Amino acid sequence: MGIVVLVGIDGSDAGRRAVAFARDRAKALNGEVVLAHIIPWSPYSFTTPEENEERPKRRAAELAAAEEQVMKPAMDIVGDAVKCTPIVKHGDRVELLIQLAREHDVNHILVGRTGESRLRNAFFGNVPAHLIQVADVPVTVVP
Amino acid sequence: MTDMILAQSIDDRIGDALSPISDAIASVVFFSIPVAGVDLPLIVLWLVAAGAFFTFYLGFLNLRGPSHAIDLVRGRYTSPDDAGEVTHFQALATAVSGTVGLGNIAGVAVAITLGGPGATVWMILAGFLGMSAKMAECTLGVKYRRERADGSISGGPMYYLEKGVAEVTGRVRAGKVLAILFSISAIGGAIGAGNMFQANQATAQIIAVTGGADSPIVSLRWIVGLVFAVIVGLVIIGGIKSIAKVTEKLVPLMAAIYLLAGVIVVVSNLPAVPAAFGEIFAGAFGFDSATGGLIGALIVGFQRAAFSNEAGIGSAAIAHAPVKTNHPSSEGHVALLEPFFDTIIVCTMTALIIVITGAYSDPAASELGGVALTSAAFATVIPWFPNVLAIAVVAFAFSTMLTWSYYGMKATGYIFNDSETAETVFKVIFCIFVVIGASLSLGPVIGISDSMLFLMAIPNVLGLYIMARMIKKEITGYRADVADGTITKVAQL
Repeated sequence: MGIVVLVGIDGSDAGRRAVAFARDRAKALNGEVVLAHIIPWSPYSFTTPEENEERPKRRAAELAAAEEQVMKPAMDIVGDAVKCTPIVKHGDRVELLIQLAREHDVNHILVGRTGESRLRNAFFGNVPAHLIQVADVPVTVVP
Repeated sequence: MTDMILAQSIDDRIGDALSPISDAIASVVFFSIPVAGVDLPLIVLWLVAAGAFFTFYLGFLNLRGPSHAIDLVRGRYTSPDDAGEVTHFQALATAVSGTVGLGNIAGVAVAITLGGPGATVWMILAGFLGMSAKMAECTLGVKYRRERADGSISGGPMYYLEKGVAEVTGRVRAGKVLAILFSISAIGGAIGAGNMFQANQATAQIIAVTGGADSPIVSLRWIVGLVFAVIVGLVIIGGIKSIAKVTEKLVPLMAAIYLLAGVIVVVSNLPAVPAAFGEIFAGAFGFDSATGGLIGALIVGFQRAAFSNEAGIGSAAIAHAPVKTNHPSSEGHVALLEPFFDTIIVCTMTALIIVITGAYSDPAASELGGVALTSAAFATVIPWFPNVLAIAVVAFAFSTMLTWSYYGMKATGYIFNDSETAETVFKVIFCIFVVIGASLSLGPVIGISDSMLFLMAIPNVLGLYIMARMIKKEITGYRADVADGTITKVAQL
């Protein structure tokens, strides 16, 4: 039984490089890859009645777009040589990545460097930095 | 100067034209019977009776239900697979931002001016009873909501009255008639309470902070209304979502600031608290005959509480309907929290502040009326707070207007078979009434707003009584499933 590598992807170039890195590592260590794309969403956000009415429709559209634009290209990078599990979900990126890592007995988490501006990070934090602080397994940030 | 005279006459002319209409509607809806020398409007009795009936009939779930409701709102029963759907929290927050507004700030001031401090006790009791009525209507709102082919979901009394009443009585036409009656009055309620009252009081507060009677815009109320109307129009007709997004974030922030400022006012008047409670209880149980004694305080308290939390009116059922759940009663439980927060917490806070600071006993208080009285009460401790309150009032008024424009649009859609033309006509009329509401004085606006809003309660509560057994079965069945573990909490990782 090889290792399980979890990659958090967001459609960025760095995310794609993280997928390639994960593929090579899984291949070398006879492991598998779990690809996770988290659509940022909070159960405690404030919404208008129109948004609530349209929500089931929007959610389906968001999931479809994520599958098509983010997950499919990432799976193409992994190819057929390595076992790959795709996951697309709504939620908090860091929380969900940690949770998925536990559920799938992940040994290693990989994420791309988001390259946000300093100001943006100061206000919103960034996923890799958060992840490093709370993950139970090693985290690698791919530039 | 000539402009001013002209403008003044525009405000006055709108007032002169609408006052007789407002009086006529109010005299029908508020048909009253004299009880112990005070007029008791039957519609108030109707709403209180509905709250009391469902409180007893459902076995005091307004006391037993909130802890489960809090678990629901915290997502303890929400499957992780439902991430991205409308949560219990979001449905509740949307409904609350439609109800927390000027009813809590201006309405409470009106209650204390007319009914004395004692009205507070009856307002709290009405809020408590209202929790049960809200639970009943929101359970039905989810049970009979409509899921369209494109996945969008909407519901409300128009749907449960039509389908539910037909199901229970076997009379399809009876359900349809009640649903149409509800929709017509909901359009009126949206324009009255959900619009004119909000525009009126927001304008009043803007005038108060820009110099009161000396304010440069005192006779240009209609222009303030026009500005509001344009912004509302940009959102509801122009589809500019960003304004609505800012509002929906501003409202919870303002509510928090309002409550915090309230706590500061209460704490800085701590020695006056026992006396204030003394006045409140003395007034509530009829020792003060100046304000109509027990019955006077009771009527005004119940009326303003109903106006604020809208329990039995049916509006909340529209806001709660799109929640993601397989159990309609779960949202019924969540809806219990709405009058609790709106009336028992926010309204009581306003009332305490007005009584504790003694603002209500100011001889000019009855002249101040509405939001100006609440503002004056805050200013005794935090002199600059009226400015913050003006921002809060505008934000609350604006969010209530947006929410009610949605309710009115859904009611219009129901009558006209989701015709987009009809909905657009409604939106344009809605914007016109923002200007009218801002121009009028408080009296006729309260008259129209109250009567149109309370009119909604006639078909809605009638429907709730007809479906009472079904509601009880739905709720007790759900509670049994929760108790025996058929419905379980989601494991926390």
